[in-house]
Formats: sequence, C-alpha cells, structure tokens
Amino acid sequence: MTWAWLIGAVLFLILAPLAGGLIAGIDRKITARMQGRVGPPLLQPFYDVGKLFEKERVVVTTAQNFYVLAYLVFIALAGALFFAGGDLLLTIFAFTLAHVFLVLGAYAAHSPYSHIGAERELIQVMAYEPMVILAAVGLYMVANSFYVADIAAVAVPAILYLPGVFLGLAVILTIKLRKSPFDISTSHHAHQEIVKGITTEFSGPTLGTIEIAHWYENIFLLGLVYLFFAWNPVVGVIAVVLTYLVEIFVDNTTARVRWQAALKTGWFAALIGIVNLAILSYMMIGGV
Amino acid sequence: MAFLKRSPWILHYDASSCNGCDIEVLACLTPLYDVERFGIINTGNPKHADILLITGGVNEQNRQVVKNLYEQMPEPRVVVAVGICAASGGIFRECYNIVGGVDRVIPVDIYVPGCAARPEQIIDGVVRALSILEEKRAKMKETAQHSEEAGETA
Repeated sequence: MTWAWLIGAVLFLILAPLAGGLIAGIDRKITARMQGRVGPPLLQPFYDVGKLFEKERVVVTTAQNFYVLAYLVFIALAGALFFAGGDLLLTIFAFTLAHVFLVLGAYAAHSPYSHIGAERELIQVMAYEPMVILAAVGLYMVANSFYVADIAAVAVPAILYLPGVFLGLAVILTIKLRKSPFDISTSHHAHQEIVKGITTEFSGPTLGTIEIAHWYENIFLLGLVYLFFAWNPVVGVIAVVLTYLVEIFVDNTTARVRWQAALKTGWFAALIGIVNLAILSYMMIGGV
Repeated sequence: MAFLKRSPWILHYDASSCNGCDIEVLACLTPLYDVERFGIINTGNPKHADILLITGGVNEQNRQVVKNLYEQMPEPRVVVAVGICAASGGIFRECYNIVGGVDRVIPVDIYVPGCAARPEQIIDGVVRALSILEEKRAKMKETAQHSEEAGETA
C-alpha cells in the first residue's frame, strides 16, 4: 500500500509520452477529417519526434537547451506527483515553474520572434493560472484535502458541486492544449506564422524535447479533468474523451483571437469559478 | 530507424517566381493533394525544416537571403528547385537582375521542371528528395563516428 504512490508515478513517467503521442496522432487524424483531408498516419507524432532527434543539434545560446531540459523535468515531475496521488498545489506549482523555464529558454535566444513568443506565453500563463488554482481550491472544498489520492477517492461526484469550476477549466484547457482560438504563443497549425513564436529558435533534439514535454503536459491536464468525475471511473474516462473531442472541435471551428481577448477570457473563466466557489461555500456554511 | 523519411518538413521560399509555381506548391497542401499524408508539414522556419523548396530564379537582391536560409537549416537538409526558373533562370535568365538558377547560389539536390510545375510533380520531387535526405543522414552519422574515433586516439 505504501508503494502504491510510486507505481502511479513510474507508470506516468513511462506511459504518458506513449499515450500523449498517440492522442496527438488521433487529434491530427480527426482534425484532418474535419477539414476534408486524409491526414497523416496515426503514429505521425512519433515519427516527427524521432526525426527531430536524428537532426543536427544547432545551438544559438547554450543556456536555451538547459532551460528546455528543465521544462521537461518539471513537467514530468508535476505529472508524476499528480499520478502518485500527491499534493495538488505542489503539482500546480511545479507545473507553473516548468512554463517559466520554457519562457526563459525562449528569452535566452536573441531573436525577436522568440521574444514575442515568450511574451505571449507569459500572457497565457497569466490568463490560465487563476483558474488552475481555483480548480485546486474547488476540489479541496469537495474532498477536504489537497491530496490527489483523497480527491480521487471521494464518493460524491465533484462535477455536481463544481460545474462552474469545470466550465472555467474547460476554457483554460483550450489555452493549455495550445488550441485555437487561444494558441497565441505556439500552435499545432499555422507553421508559417508568428504564433509559432516560442519554438522559433529551437530545432532538432531540443524541439523534440519540447514536444515530449507537451505530451506529458496533456496527460496531466486530462488527469485533472478526470478528477471531477472520479467517483465513477467509467463516467470519468468518457468525460475525458468527450472533453478532448470538444476541444478538437473548437480548435477547428474558431479563429485565433488577439492576446487581449485570450487574457479576458481566461479571467472571465476564473470569475465563473469564483462565483461557483462562493455559492458552494455559502451552502456549506449552511445558508441553504 | 529512418524517421527522417516519414516526417519531412518543408520550407518554401519564393526567390523571384512569377507566383505560378508558388500557387502549385500551396495546392499540394490543400485537401485535394494533402501532403500531410506523407507527414509533410510546411514550416515557415528554416531551423525546423528538412527540405528547402525554392521557386523562381535567384536575383541579386535575395541571393544573400537564399544563402542565409540554407545555412540556418540543420543537417541533414536537401534543396528542391521547383519550376524551370529555379532550375536555370527560365525566361528571366537574361534579365539584368537575375543571377540564374538556384544552383548558382546553393547546392541543389532535385530539379522539378515545368512552367508551372504541377502539384503531382512537386510531390514526386519531394518524395525523391527523401532518399537523398536519408543518404545524407547516413553520411552525417558516419563522419560523426569517424571524428569520435579520431578524438579517442588523439
């Protein structure tokens, strides 16, 4: 029993890149079908990353690769903590720190495109961070614990207490999964545009590392979505799949917005979360 | 494993084309031809690219740009000259400002003739470029091994 947490962490570290890459492949296939195309093979994301590791390592500033490695390490750490059933707040802090490293990496190279990408990434962090913290607070109010293991073991459906928080999380999930309309710092599409910003100066193995970190990140985020439905694993898995399909749909049907709109939307999502939490705490005090 | 052949990312540059070949290059990305089937992505960044797709003859003003783009691409890399202008300068070759074909500035691996080159031809050219890309990677690995061995003995 005491070793159960370790199994979760190790399984995450090994399986998350595989699952993340597979989800990215399914994502690209569905996206292509939505656009009336055949689309790449299912395993295309693995071919891409494999290719990147076969390329020459071009370094502009030595520090940038170090920062990208730190990004990968802290994303993996955040996810491992989460799947080990650890403290949700600590997980979120490690997660935020990882993105700070990515931004520093982009700033380390003296390129205007890279800097624009880094600034936009910072704006994105500002946009989603309030809502992520609120999600942790909401789950705490339901489970009376910040530990993921306790939250996952709660017998009541958290989603019924936190519909507003979940809605807010779904909005910022679009930012986090780097999907349109909020893919302003780097995007899965629009490879020729300025929105590719933050990855401009990274190439070859370094770019591959960023991609793997992104896979880890996506699995962690889907895990967070699952927590809202954890009282019933079947419903939980269905909810995660549906949420992701809706994200793909939104990605393909909306136009990219300016960063001001992204910031406003992120904070509006947080507002929905706060209203939800206010009502919940009022009920818990015994107001109703 | 040869991942390189399965995921060639392209950088498209219009040296001084009449835009005819460029329209055909973009046609390759549409749902009708959908080059993403082969894992081909049109990137806008030389640092992410494996294949440099150039249309039109190089002129005096952008010869430095073409050189610069080529040098920024990490090895292994190949150059595909699309259209007759990129191959030899085409009907513009006598112009005062035209340097000539792309190969006057950077080494070209594949020539795709035509005015304008058809999307099928362009895709064929890129697919043929893949085997050259693979060759270059093998060579790159070999030289890396040699230099490593030389480093050990030194």
